[in-house]
Amino acid sequence: MVLVALLLSPFVLAWTLLAGTSVIALLATARFMMPNVLIEPPRKFKIGPASDYDLGTVATKLVAQFGVWIVHTDQYRGKNLIYALASVCTHLGCTPSWLAGEQKFKCPCHGSGFYITGINFEGPAPRPLERVGIRLSEDGMLEVDKSIKFQEEMGQWIDPASYYEVVG
Amino acid sequence: MDPHPDLTPEVIRGLGWLYLLLAAMNALWTWREVKRHVSAGSIAGWAVFTTLLFLVGVAHVTGGAEPEQFLIRMPEWFKSRVDQLAKPTTYFTGSLLLFVAVIWLREWLVKPTVAWVLLNLAVLFMCLSLTDYDFRQIVGKPDNVPIVSMLFIVGFFTWLYFRRAVDNDQRIAAGRPLFEQEDNDKILVWPDLVYTEMICMIALTAILVVWGVVLQAPLEDPASAVRTPNPSKAPWYFLGLQEMLVYYDPWMAGVVLPSIILVGLMALPYIDFNKKGNGYYTFNERKFSIITFLFGFIPLWIGLIILGTFLRGPNWNFFGIYEFWDVHKLENLNNVNLSELVWVDTLKQPLPVASAGASEWQKILAILLRESVGLVLVAVYLFVLPPLMAMTIFRRFFVRMGFLRYMVFANLVLFMACLPIKMVLRWAFRLKYIVAIPEWFFNI
Repeated sequence: MVLVALLLSPFVLAWTLLAGTSVIALLATARFMMPNVLIEPPRKFKIGPASDYDLGTVATKLVAQFGVWIVHTDQYRGKNLIYALASVCTHLGCTPSWLAGEQKFKCPCHGSGFYITGINFEGPAPRPLERVGIRLSEDGMLEVDKSIKFQEEMGQWIDPASYYEVVG
Repeated sequence: MDPHPDLTPEVIRGLGWLYLLLAAMNALWTWREVKRHVSAGSIAGWAVFTTLLFLVGVAHVTGGAEPEQFLIRMPEWFKSRVDQLAKPTTYFTGSLLLFVAVIWLREWLVKPTVAWVLLNLAVLFMCLSLTDYDFRQIVGKPDNVPIVSMLFIVGFFTWLYFRRAVDNDQRIAAGRPLFEQEDNDKILVWPDLVYTEMICMIALTAILVVWGVVLQAPLEDPASAVRTPNPSKAPWYFLGLQEMLVYYDPWMAGVVLPSIILVGLMALPYIDFNKKGNGYYTFNERKFSIITFLFGFIPLWIGLIILGTFLRGPNWNFFGIYEFWDVHKLENLNNVNLSELVWVDTLKQPLPVASAGASEWQKILAILLRESVGLVLVAVYLFVLPPLMAMTIFRRFFVRMGFLRYMVFANLVLFMACLPIKMVLRWAFRLKYIVAIPEWFFNI
C-alpha cells in the first residue's frame, strides 16, 4: 500500500513523465540520423575505358559530381598507373584545385600542396591525398569504388585495388 | 581600354570627398590649437596644411582631366617596393617591432599632436593607396570594409588606454592622486547615463541602417560541397584561427589551442596576484600582465586578422597590398617534418619503418623511434621548461603563486608562445611538423 502510494505520488509521477518524454525526444532525434531517402551519387560508378585518360593528365570532370580526380601518371614509383584520388584535402577537408601549369593540387583554404601523385609537399596537410578503389570491370570500363579508401602513410597504396596498371 | 584602371573619374571624385573630410577634420584641429593658444608658427602650419588638403580635395572633385593624367597617385616604385617586401616574415617581424615601439615610445605617442599627425598620415596613406586598382579590390570588398574601420578603432582604443595609463603613471611617480580619484564627480544614472546610452543606441542603429543600405551583402554562388572559393576565407573574426591552421594540424589549431585560449582567459583572474591597477588605468604597475595580454591580442590576434584579410590571396598565398591576385603565383613552400630533417638530412639514413610482417608492437615502436627527437623536444618544452622558468626568470612569480597556480600560468605562457615559435620554425627551417604521426592523426 505504501509502495503504491509512493509510486503514485506527484513527485514520482512528474519525474517519470519527464524522463519518459525525454527518452522519446532523444529517440526521435536519433531517428534523424537515418534518413528515409539519401540523395547521394552512387558509391560505385563507371568512368569509361582507360584510353579516355591520357598519360600525364588529371581528369577533373568527375570532381563536381563524384568528388574524385582520375590521374594517369608514371611518376609514382615509375609505374604507368591510373588511379582515383578523393578531392578532399587531408588537412581540413576543402576541395583543392588541380593547377595543370604547376602540376600540383593546391588547396585554397590553407595553402596545402600535393604533387600529381597525391603526395603532400607544402602547406600544413599532414598526409597524402587518399586514393579510392578502382578496377577494370568485365565490360572493359574502369570502375571507381568510393566505399573503400587507400592511405599512402598506412602503406595501402601497394594494394592492387587502389590503382589500374596500364600495360603496353 | 584598360579593364583594371588605377584611376577612374568616380574614384577621383570619391577621393576628393575623403580629402575634403580630412581637411574639415584638420580645420577643427586648427581651431583647437587656436583655442589652446599654442605658438603662432604651429597654428600657421596647421592652417597651411588644412588649406592644402582643401585645395587637393577641390581639385579632385572638380577636375575634368583624363584620369590617366592625374598626378596625385601612389608612386609605382613605392608600390613595387612594398610588394617585394610583402612576406609573412617581414609582416610578422614588422608587427613585433611596432608592438615593441608602441610600448617603448608610449610617453611620446600619447601626446595628442603626435596621435593627430599619425592619424593624418594613416588617412593620407589610405587616400594615396586607393589610387591603386588592386588595393581598392582588397580594401573595398564589402567583407573587408569593417576590418578597415577596425584598424582605426583598435588603434584608437589602444592609444586611449596608453594615454590614461601614462597619465596615471606620471601621477603616481609625482605622488599626486590618480585621475580616477581626482575626477570622481558622481553623476546620476537617470538622466545622465541613460541619455548617453540612448544616444549611443540611436547613433549605432543609424550607422547599421546606412551600412546595410549602402554596402550590399557579399553573396557568392550557391554553396557546393565540391567547389571551394579561392581563396576560401573564414569570417573575419576567425582569420587568426585560419592563419594558425597554416602552421598546425587541425586538432591542434582548431581544438586544443582555441580551448586553451578560452579557458586561459577565464583563468586569468585566479592567476593574477598583483592587486594593483584595480579600478584605474596603469602600465608601470602591471607591466608583465599588460605586455603579455597586448602581445596575445595585438600581434597575434588582430595582426593575424589583418594578415588574413588583406594579405592572403588565392591558394592562401601571400600577396602585397598592391599586388594582383594571381591564381598561378608560384611560391616555393616545400616543407619537411622534423623526423626527415633528423634521419634523412642529418643521419643520412632512411626513416625507420617496421619490416613487412612486423607485429603491431614493432610498428608502434618504429613510429616512436622515427619521431623520437620531436617527442623529446615537445616533452622538454612542456615538462622541463616550467620548472626551469620557475628557477630563473619566473622565480618571483613562483614564490608568490605557489605550485599549482604557477604551473597553470607557465603552461598558458608556453602554449601562447608555441604559435610564434612554430611560425618562425616554418619560415626559418621549412619545418612542417615537429612530431608527425599521420598514422594516428597526431601531428604537432
